[in-house]
Amino acid sequence: MERREAIQRKNGFWHVVKSLLSGLRLTWRHFLNADKRRQPVPVSDASYFKQPEGLVTLTYPYEAIPVPENGRYRLHNEIDDCIVCDLCAKVCPVNCITIESVKATEEIGMTSDGTKKRLYAPVFDIDMAKCCYCGLCTSVCPTDCLTMTPVYDFAEVDIKNMIYHFTDLSPEQAEEKKQLLAKQQEEMAAAKAAALAARKQG
Amino acid sequence: MLAFVLTLVLLLGIVIVLAYAERKVAAFMQDRMGPTEAGPYGSLQSVLDVVKLLQKEDIVSAAADKKLFKLAPILIFAAVFAGFAVIPFTPDLIPAGIGIGVFYLLAIISLDVVGLLMAGWGSNNKYAMLGAMRSVAQIVSYEIPAGLAILSVVIVCQSLDFQEISYQQGALMNRFPGLEFETNWLFGIEALGIDTTRIGGITTWNVFRAPVLLVAFVIYFIASLAESNRAPFDIPEAESELVAGFHVEYSGFRFAVLFLAEYSMMVLVSLVAVILFLGSWNTPLPNIGPLQLAYWTTGTVGGLSGMLWGGFWLLSKTFVLLFLQLQIRWTYPRLRVDQLMHLCWKVLTPIALAVVLLAGIWRLLMI
Repeated sequence: MERREAIQRKNGFWHVVKSLLSGLRLTWRHFLNADKRRQPVPVSDASYFKQPEGLVTLTYPYEAIPVPENGRYRLHNEIDDCIVCDLCAKVCPVNCITIESVKATEEIGMTSDGTKKRLYAPVFDIDMAKCCYCGLCTSVCPTDCLTMTPVYDFAEVDIKNMIYHFTDLSPEQAEEKKQLLAKQQEEMAAAKAAALAARKQG
Repeated sequence: MLAFVLTLVLLLGIVIVLAYAERKVAAFMQDRMGPTEAGPYGSLQSVLDVVKLLQKEDIVSAAADKKLFKLAPILIFAAVFAGFAVIPFTPDLIPAGIGIGVFYLLAIISLDVVGLLMAGWGSNNKYAMLGAMRSVAQIVSYEIPAGLAILSVVIVCQSLDFQEISYQQGALMNRFPGLEFETNWLFGIEALGIDTTRIGGITTWNVFRAPVLLVAFVIYFIASLAESNRAPFDIPEAESELVAGFHVEYSGFRFAVLFLAEYSMMVLVSLVAVILFLGSWNTPLPNIGPLQLAYWTTGTVGGLSGMLWGGFWLLSKTFVLLFLQLQIRWTYPRLRVDQLMHLCWKVLTPIALAVVLLAGIWRLLMI
């Protein structure tokens, strides 16, 4: 009963005209506010949720809403700090990290947190096309050399370019290091054999 | 021939602007930006759309009724374009100044319906056929209230000549051969004794000089939305629900022609509304004592200034109506088909009949 009365009250000619006009007023107001633009402020800004007027379109390649400084998007490996422990490759759920290691003949140096480096990495590839941004690799990294950066726009035309190479060795250098290791191992094997022979004789 | 070319060029220009305006206005009303890339503020977007359409393959389906299918876009556009022949653009520029312009216009616009049916039938596609039938049903129905609204103007003006109707609605009335001794009274009521013949401006516009025509104007405007298949009467096309209605099978140049015809129809119905109700090419500014605003903003008839002022007022009023059409499209939801017919037959037609009667009585008051 109450509902029927309400419908009848709102159905009169002038009510209809009024509601039609209020619809036009709404679109007209938005049309007039079209000279204003929503500002591309970061979510941390106080006005982020307080911009009810103006166009909301973000002309993306020309402007972008800043992402947080600690945004966790594209992976980056600081190879100077990497001890080539292979933990990241092991924990990766999608197997996007490929690492080959070569033992160094002597200590190569120190990472910035004081860990000794004993391995070269002739191959340290991350396939960003496979990466699922879970961040497990960054949490297992013992030297914090593998991090996620706020860079998110790195689309490529050729998918091969999505494989990022982080190694600091050229293929020739890598080959040289391998030969050095083989030579050292040969020498050690020879020394061992000599020592063994000497013991037998003695 | 010259008039044909000039009108076509003018029409193409207006349609290009209108197609761009449609996208921009829609975007602004929805807090978007619309086209921004092509040219400054995306202003070349509709030109590029046309170029794109012209490059597309012209597909004629294998099972289509090829003759009808190919002829339909031409017929539809020709029917609409022929309507422009009797539109007076300025006090002395009218492509074809025939005495029965209003009658001719109504007759030639009705041909549009034949073209729509040809397109729907020729496509051999059930959706196109249904779209065409809906479109035809709607246009034929709404021609009745629109025709009655126009009829009431004809009763008040006692003329079927668009140019004569135009002259009656301004300070230049007595310049028209045959109207030398006519007088315009305020609200068309002679008993009030206020002579507005030399005041002109908005006081002599049809909606003002016979206020009953204001109702006729609203009826005509609503019916014209339906006749040009515009929202909220766009169930034949309903791009968000159906594919496209009768032109679903068309591509390339033929689609471009249909698109052009649709926008030309919008322009034509707005022009007719302006000419019949809103003072045609007459200025809205009245003469107030020594301030001869109406004469200043009319220019000299027959001279360049008269041409420019006339064209300016006619087109600016038309663009106001076109903007209203766009705004209505982005404001109101679509009517259901039964609501559509209810509005036409049970609401608009009876009111239009009453308006015709009242217009006849008003005419008696005017003399």
